Amino acid sequence: MAIGTRTVRRPVENTSYLRASLRGMALTFRHLVRPGKPVLEYPDEKPVLSPRWRGTHRMAVHADGRPKCVACGLCPAICPANCIRLVPGEDDQGNRYPVVYEIDEFRCIFCGMCQEVCPVEAIHVGQDYENAEYTRERFVYDLDRLMAQDHDVTDLWDPSDPRGE
Amino acid sequence: MHEIGAPGPIALLISHAVKVMIVFTVIMITVAMLTLVERRVSAWIQDRLGPNRVGPGGLLQPFADGLKNLVKEETYPRRASRAFFMLAPMLAIGPALVTFAVVPFASPLPTPWGLIEMVVADLPIGILYILALTSVGVYGIVMAGWASNNKYSFLGGLRASAQMVSYEVALGMSLIPIFMLAGNVTLTQIVWTQQQELGLWLAFPLGLSFFLFVISAFAETNRLPFDVAEAESELVTGYHTEYSSMKFSMFFIAEYANMLTASALMATLFFGGWDIPFWNGDDMRVVAPGVVQGAVPAIWKTLLTLAAFAVKTLFFVFVFIWVRWTVPRFRYDQVMHLGWKVMIPSALGYIVLIGTTILVLDRAGLPFGFVYGMALTAVSLVATGVFVFWIDRDRSIGGAGAGTVGAGGALPAGITVTRMRAGRPAAAPVEV
Repeated sequence: MAIGTRTVRRPVENTSYLRASLRGMALTFRHLVRPGKPVLEYPDEKPVLSPRWRGTHRMAVHADGRPKCVACGLCPAICPANCIRLVPGEDDQGNRYPVVYEIDEFRCIFCGMCQEVCPVEAIHVGQDYENAEYTRERFVYDLDRLMAQDHDVTDLWDPSDPRGE
Repeated sequence: MHEIGAPGPIALLISHAVKVMIVFTVIMITVAMLTLVERRVSAWIQDRLGPNRVGPGGLLQPFADGLKNLVKEETYPRRASRAFFMLAPMLAIGPALVTFAVVPFASPLPTPWGLIEMVVADLPIGILYILALTSVGVYGIVMAGWASNNKYSFLGGLRASAQMVSYEVALGMSLIPIFMLAGNVTLTQIVWTQQQELGLWLAFPLGLSFFLFVISAFAETNRLPFDVAEAESELVTGYHTEYSSMKFSMFFIAEYANMLTASALMATLFFGGWDIPFWNGDDMRVVAPGVVQGAVPAIWKTLLTLAAFAVKTLFFVFVFIWVRWTVPRFRYDQVMHLGWKVMIPSALGYIVLIGTTILVLDRAGLPFGFVYGMALTAVSLVATGVFVFWIDRDRSIGGAGAGTVGAGGALPAGITVTRMRAGRPAAAPVEV
């Protein structure tokens, strides 16, 4: 017997399989008839997400449909999972833009640092979790797909209110 | 006595065919619904909702499951014994479905072609037929375990056979007081005894018998807390590990059909069958083809008694499910201990007690009736009290953890403590 434990024997008069079982059955019956099961009927009811809940990404766009991304390269640099692939380009006026911008959502750990670090508030993590696909390739989101996402984006962490109160 | 008239040979043949068809269909549909009921009840007990998406309230879920099982792939283990592997589910499901034949489910039905008894086959051997066929059902499980060529399945089959052998004895013995009291093994006669001769459901004069029968029935149907043959956590669902698609489904149907039959037997043997309490309008029995003793049969009475039978049976089905989702599984040695050292001696002692009481009451010249039944009830209450307050004090379910509470503080002064040895208390308590 391990140090510090002691097994106390219960007197025989107090042991009863039947009594214990009946007590258990009373308990299960109370649960059986209990109204208002704490259940979320998922496809019909959706859970309420925290505003800081982080899901799949979304790229913000300008009014004329161009991505807000300036291909500065900060997000692939900070990404701890190395899931962002960025090939920068430059147009005639000298504006930088992403030629290729891909996020592998399988590799992503949804830390949200890409959103924190983005200087022009282009890339965001979002409030979306229903993203099942039939192939693994479909989980690499390219720029068009990221811009086409229309779910809500995640609120940034506010250092002046660290607990979100 | 009421002469209704016996059905002619053709009417008899047709009525039997119709009865077989209706009973079979009702059993199959009830079994299908029971799988849903089990899942819904277990869900509610665990504060969930259960399957509720296929059809209104999930009512079509069993049919979706059945369809899925029909179209799924049949797999055979490479080293399995093909013939026995295929025979086993048939052997399990066959007896499970035919045992219901001898259970009377309503009062006799008067038709323009004569009086028709509401039982598929009123065999004179009644209960013996059921006991014999449920024993055959075990072969299906044992055979499945052996033919799968899988050590876990094999263990499951072994456990099933050992358990069945142990508890069949107790099951049969728990029924002997009924035979002594009713003087017959025919189920219609036993219903009549409760309804008219005794005026008392046998659960009262034979209380301990009922209790032992319920426990044995749980063991015989392999339901928790006696499901050591399946034991998911130890044996990977035991004997039907290797079975897929419809063959698995057949084991499943067999289990629920057995459960239904066991519930129907509890209702018939101990709770008056289709008898409606406190009402004499249904007290009737067929003494000869087409001749009824007692009340006048009527179609509405048949329907009413059928409803009474269904309510009683479904109540016990619910108890089966309720217990399953409350009580944890026994260990194998606990099952054996309970079977051989508690159930069988108790049943034997009870047979002697009831036999003596019947002898004494007969010698005293007490007429067979309500007072006779109440005298037996008093004796049974004492016997049940002994079982509940003496045998069930650490003598029914022992084991390594029995009789202990978790690590706690000092014992109050003067409390005696028994030392445990392999789950059994030593002879003398030891003073601390």
